[in-house]
Amino acid sequence: MKDIRFSEESMALVQRMMKRYPEGKHKSALIPILHIAQAEFDGWLSPEVMNYVASVMNIQSIEVYEVASFYSMFNLKPVGKCLIEVCRTSSCWLLGAEDVIRHLEKKLNIKVGETSSDGMFTLKSVECLGSCGTAPMLQVGADYYENLNLEKVDALVSRLKSEGKRKTYTDLPEPRTL
Amino acid sequence: MGKKLLLKDDHIAGIQSYDVYRKNGGYASVEKAVKTMTTEAVVEEVKKSGLRGRGGAGFPTGMKWSFLAKPPGIARYLVCNADESEPGTFKDRYLMERIPHLLIEGMITSSYALGANTSYIYIRGEYYYVARILEKAIDEAYANGWLGKNILGSEYSLDLYVQIGAGAYICGEETALLESLEGKRGNPRIKPPFPAVAGLYGCPTVVNNVETIAAVVPIVNDGGDEYAKIGIGKSTGTKLISASGHINKPGVYEIDLGVPVEEFIFSDKYCGGIRGGKKFKAVVAGGSSVPILPADLILKTAKGEPRLMSYESLADGGFATGTMLGSGGFIVMDEDTSIVKNLWNFTRFYHHESCGQCSPCREGTGWMEKILHRILDGHGTMSDIDLLWDIQGKIEGKTICPLGDAAAWPVAAAIRHFRSEFEEYIKNPKSIKDVKHYYRLNNLQSA
Amino acid sequence: MAKVTIDGHMIEVPDGTTILQAARMIGGDVVPPAMCYYSKLKTSGGYCRTCLVKVTKGSEKDPRPMPKPVASCRTPVMDGMEVQNKTAPDLLEARAGVVEFLLINHPLDCPICDQAGECSLQDLAYEHGLSRTRYEFSRRTFQKIDIGEKIKLHMTRCILCYRCVKVAEQITDGRVHGVLNRGDVSEISTYISQAVDNDFSGNMIDVCPVGALTDRTFRFKSRVWNVNPVDAHRDCPTCSGRVMLWMKGAEVFRVTARKDEYAEVLDTPDGKPGWICNTCRFDKKETKDWIVDGPSKIDRHSVISQNHYVLQEPAHKPLLNAVQAVPTSWQLENKK
Repeated sequence: MKDIRFSEESMALVQRMMKRYPEGKHKSALIPILHIAQAEFDGWLSPEVMNYVASVMNIQSIEVYEVASFYSMFNLKPVGKCLIEVCRTSSCWLLGAEDVIRHLEKKLNIKVGETSSDGMFTLKSVECLGSCGTAPMLQVGADYYENLNLEKVDALVSRLKSEGKRKTYTDLPEPRTL
Repeated sequence: MGKKLLLKDDHIAGIQSYDVYRKNGGYASVEKAVKTMTTEAVVEEVKKSGLRGRGGAGFPTGMKWSFLAKPPGIARYLVCNADESEPGTFKDRYLMERIPHLLIEGMITSSYALGANTSYIYIRGEYYYVARILEKAIDEAYANGWLGKNILGSEYSLDLYVQIGAGAYICGEETALLESLEGKRGNPRIKPPFPAVAGLYGCPTVVNNVETIAAVVPIVNDGGDEYAKIGIGKSTGTKLISASGHINKPGVYEIDLGVPVEEFIFSDKYCGGIRGGKKFKAVVAGGSSVPILPADLILKTAKGEPRLMSYESLADGGFATGTMLGSGGFIVMDEDTSIVKNLWNFTRFYHHESCGQCSPCREGTGWMEKILHRILDGHGTMSDIDLLWDIQGKIEGKTICPLGDAAAWPVAAAIRHFRSEFEEYIKNPKSIKDVKHYYRLNNLQSA
Repeated sequence: MAKVTIDGHMIEVPDGTTILQAARMIGGDVVPPAMCYYSKLKTSGGYCRTCLVKVTKGSEKDPRPMPKPVASCRTPVMDGMEVQNKTAPDLLEARAGVVEFLLINHPLDCPICDQAGECSLQDLAYEHGLSRTRYEFSRRTFQKIDIGEKIKLHMTRCILCYRCVKVAEQITDGRVHGVLNRGDVSEISTYISQAVDNDFSGNMIDVCPVGALTDRTFRFKSRVWNVNPVDAHRDCPTCSGRVMLWMKGAEVFRVTARKDEYAEVLDTPDGKPGWICNTCRFDKKETKDWIVDGPSKIDRHSVISQNHYVLQEPAHKPLLNAVQAVPTSWQLENKK
């Protein structure tokens, strides 16, 4: 098994994060640090990773489990390289989110919540992502894909497949230009 | 359309960058406040402006600010609520993405007014890329002396941080947000004490929505009286409306409060009418939590007066015939929309987002979703409608935080205004599959 | 000091007293039921919503009624506050609603539950619940797990009162269990199988209002009303050693802390909560380990008191100050 240890760069960031808060309140950094950990350790938080975060932050492991299991962005089970999160709420639903989900299920040959056999994709339906004016939409890593139709979905899946890279929330190069 | 205050510069190329923002008059409110105004004077301008919280509750901001306890020697905090998660609402994302410096400027001016030396912008985790935009803007603000020690050579110092969430609607509730910011589960706190007395780390804290903070900029620049001239009655100023659903022109619109709803939906300046020439069926006017209204009641009040986009006019008639402005998440539905299935979609949302702390919400939201699912499966009974009505009544007002109300109101309103649709589904289950929207492919096949 | 009137009974209490505490000082019918509040545990209460009351007058200064029912366990009294509990039919209906919510996912397995007979949820359902359920869907279930050698966690029965979490936080060192997940799939768990191992962990059993945490050394040994509780003590180096022995003949079936009428542990004579250690609770099951003080006081309404024992003094006796009943308006009118 891979040694669980932050890269030097991440560790420096983690240490800086914990200093952003008043004395004794460094637990505030837990959620940002879990994001970093999830990105670094294969897109999910194994018990070992959470124990490691607890030891780095000098808090009880249960405090990490409690928080990690509360928030929907933290994956407590392994996920594919690309976690496709389709918004299913409200305006996205009104404008065809169910079609997008059904299409992806067929295309990837998995159901919502499952990971494709090649380990490339995990499909998830999520609640409102705040992109209702450009519905329907989905998110992969930090990127929003909006005003979808089935062709756009196909093109996206092909592109992600050919890139073959893991997508995470934190791997943003520069803020995107508009 | 009146004058834009928040989005006036959103068409300018490069407005995300500090240089362009500054060239277009950015950071003037910080200069004015820090150099020429006392903290009390800034609070006074906000009071005069009549600005009301833009997150949904509509509480007067100036009053909220004046409640802030100021015990000597204890830190005070300003926390910006950028956890925009109310279905149908995307204005804060638009504002932060397009004009990040406007929020940073508002945060500095507001923090100065409140005497906060450390402030946080709590942003939902899914907006990770927006957080990066804000962080970049904050770096620029530090580099140019708007943040850090002794801002503009004054006594005033401020540190500003972006804090990222991780996927929980409940963290939009201010005390859940504070818990989350402390690195805990987003469980709303039991009040009292209120954040104004004991908020972040037990210190006095003000939590304000993104749009509220941004509005402080024009209020300080032009004066509260000038701001209060815009709008109608106690609904002063401009409001960002997130328009979505079956309309021709979805998007974020900055309106003067008081624009007629009819004009907002049908005018080409705004939503541009219903898509595909369909008939207009219903509107959820202020984000998924507020009561849905059928076309006739959203266009005109029960008294027959034109309904306006304002806090008071939308609420006219109470919940019997009215609704709320809420967060300004304006969701329009055409004639093909199944109100029952839409309600199930909303109820599933609240079920998924309940934190699970208090029993009525934890147990009641899931129960309502299951009953709606049963009706949509063709196995509903007439007594299910009454049961839904009874359950929502037993959740409303009995919970720790407003999520219980937010889950109950849509159920009550859908039954109140569209009971016949529920009855039709129950009497004639075959009709459910005939509802076009149920399995309609939304022309997604080809562009 | 603040004067508060609850269901027509007035009492003067120290500032900062909660409505529930004030009601307990009055005693009797005016006391709202509480499933999650536990006076000996800081920050407990507010979650279950069974103790909701109606505040018809906020205070002398600001007489406006409160717009919604409030959790009496977490709301401090104000001078001149007027509160309705039993006397407000709409409030009782709201409470019945809360009880229904607590029961829809409860397994109702009282016939095989060790807690039956001393279960707060059972009492609550008996007083406020419906005789039938309107919930027709499958109920939430969890696997039973052992958290440590001596404690069984039966999560399916849990009502998420958070008391056991607060015990672990406040009277043991190093909490290893907590509330995981959210919404209606929240659960009490250690996440990865881990023993809750601490000298005082057994107190989680005593604070659990339902049969979610039970004593494995007593599991299925006897119904609680078939064992006789007696007060006993021993010289214990870890805790006060003041316990209740649950006996059948000369045999000790289980050991618990001594409890008051609200099922909370009694204070020791030096005024500290009488939590007991695991050695006293699990390992001292012989009569020779204990010095018996006499029969325990049991509420006369309790099923446990059916055959025996000293009756508890009526709960109506006020603990603080004189209580005077305030005449209702019709009584005043009749007087004229």
